[in-house]
Amino acid sequence: MAKLLELEDLKTQFFTTAGTVKAVDGVSYDVEKGETVGIVGESGCGKSVSALSILRLIPDPPGKIVGGKILFMGRNLLELSDVEIRKVRGHDIAMVFQEPMTSLNPVLTIGRQITETLEHHLGIEREEADARAVELLGLVGISDAERRLKQYPHHFSGGMRQRVMIAMALSCEPRLIIADEPTTALDVTIQAQILELMKDLTRRLGVALIIITHNLGVVARYADRVNVMYAGKIVEKGTARQIYHNPSHPYTLGLLASVPRLDHKRGTKLVPIVGQPPDLTLLDQGCAFRPRCRFAVERCTREIPPLEEVGDGQYSACWQKDKLSQPVRAAS
Amino acid sequence: MSVVSAPERTEAVTVSTPVGNEPIIEVKGLKMYFPISEGVVFTRKVAEVKAVDGISFHIRKGETFGLVGESGCGKTTTGRCILQLEQATEGQIFFEGVNIAELDRRELNALRQKIQVIFQDPYSSLNPRMKIGDIIGEPMRVHGIEPDADKRQARVSELLSICGLDPKFADRYPHEMSGGQRQRVGIGRALALNPEFIICDEPVSALDVSIQAQVINLLEDLRDEFGLTYLFIAHDLSVVRHLCHRVAVMYLGKIVELAECDELYDNPIHPYTQALLAAVPVPDPEIESKREHTVMKGEVPSPINPPSGCVFHPRCPLAVEGCRSVVPELREIKPGHWVACTEV
Repeated sequence: MAKLLELEDLKTQFFTTAGTVKAVDGVSYDVEKGETVGIVGESGCGKSVSALSILRLIPDPPGKIVGGKILFMGRNLLELSDVEIRKVRGHDIAMVFQEPMTSLNPVLTIGRQITETLEHHLGIEREEADARAVELLGLVGISDAERRLKQYPHHFSGGMRQRVMIAMALSCEPRLIIADEPTTALDVTIQAQILELMKDLTRRLGVALIIITHNLGVVARYADRVNVMYAGKIVEKGTARQIYHNPSHPYTLGLLASVPRLDHKRGTKLVPIVGQPPDLTLLDQGCAFRPRCRFAVERCTREIPPLEEVGDGQYSACWQKDKLSQPVRAAS
Repeated sequence: MSVVSAPERTEAVTVSTPVGNEPIIEVKGLKMYFPISEGVVFTRKVAEVKAVDGISFHIRKGETFGLVGESGCGKTTTGRCILQLEQATEGQIFFEGVNIAELDRRELNALRQKIQVIFQDPYSSLNPRMKIGDIIGEPMRVHGIEPDADKRQARVSELLSICGLDPKFADRYPHEMSGGQRQRVGIGRALALNPEFIICDEPVSALDVSIQAQVINLLEDLRDEFGLTYLFIAHDLSVVRHLCHRVAVMYLGKIVELAECDELYDNPIHPYTQALLAAVPVPDPEIESKREHTVMKGEVPSPINPPSGCVFHPRCPLAVEGCRSVVPELREIKPGHWVACTEV
């Protein structure tokens, strides 16, 4: 099947006074038409930077995309002019950000913020845009749309603002929506509402979705395929089932063993990952996870393990991956 | 091969703290209303935020009691009332049988040594201009527990190692530490006065996934080692299930359900609890594909003007006409399992 989006060896770096931060260091993944891809990892692992790089939203300076390709429907987004990439943003690829409080303009009405996108990208008239905005609010489950469009963001609750963000993202019928921690700031019941809404709309409209989160449960519930990131690299990728039932990277294994689960009895032992995520300015020639890894061997200090297939479309970047996956497979 | 053994989860219950029978904390009919005022010269009260609206519970010695709910449900305010950081509008709080509202300042200070708190945000809860050693040593200095500076320093080193930090951190400033390390400092400060009871207000929600487990395990180890009692306030239902002996679910200032931990999670009875649990995703795509994802409609109403009768009725799938007018009492449906709903 034709790939909608392909990242090839993407490298994004930040040049700071403390040194060069390799925030995204050779990341490759793809998204097929209409599918939902999850990117999981902890803060600072490069998951957001990799997404922002797709739309070239990295502040320069200090940041810069220093290498790789981003192919969207066959076109390399990194080679587009500023005018051309602006036509892609919000039109072919839309974003939903984490903070619904700060990503809307507080001095513009909700209606204006939606119609602005429509007028800009689709070149339609104000009245038509207004009508479309009413339709969009209805689509994301905001009732009394005509009155709501005249209101300002501070009249809206966090969940409602995120619905507005989704309406804006859908307004130009994009092929791909990138949702960066879309529900982290919201309460659980509102989180469920927003995620169900996004799933429902993307499936119905055939829009592909990249969902970036640190929440393993959210990914398990919604993603078809998963990329696990650590220290600027993808350390494991595969289908959601492969990643959760048959993890073949020690970091994935560690994450799964360290989260408390709703379906586990009280007092079930948690096995934390020791230590802390590394300082990205101080990475050496070895595997970045090695200091926290229970399986590390001498080779891990010398060479960075490449992302290699462990079978059936599942990839892992670990020198010990073969020894790691067998007993887990046998056990399951 | 030992090198390849996956980190198996042990199903066995490892928590060994003996839970006593006598309550250490008893909250009776607690109400906390915050006034909303209008006017500068003739200030008058125009409305009230009913943050906590008549809740009662007790916590036994050695027990970890969970208080869960969404933002604005009053769980943090409840903790602040117990700490006497808020003067409750109504109701009583007893600590080891003593009504703490009736204590004078000196007695209250003595009580504060026994009740400590761990805050959510490890960034704003530590003074950025103080060294870690002074942050942990300050409560001892204030309460005159260890007036001798050298002994105090030794105790600080001891507390740092108890919390899994190198004693040399005492000379550092908070900005030199990560979030997880700062939270350990916050825990060390809470332990400095050898408290009996610690209020943990969202202690892990600001931390990264892999660091959360470290802090959760630390809190468990300390509980077992020092026989601590926790009031664990959190919105993360998975963390609460992991840690708590008994759990109360709050909604708009009221307790809607209270039960033993596993009983509450395995057999939730109140429709709000059921919806809340259904909303939490489990990190397992197999299980998730089999779960029904019914979404609760609407949002939490404003506590300034809460719905009449049962506060949950506008969102409730079971609501009948009577729910608009009748305020449901918390009643014991099974031994130890309390629910505030007339329709179950």
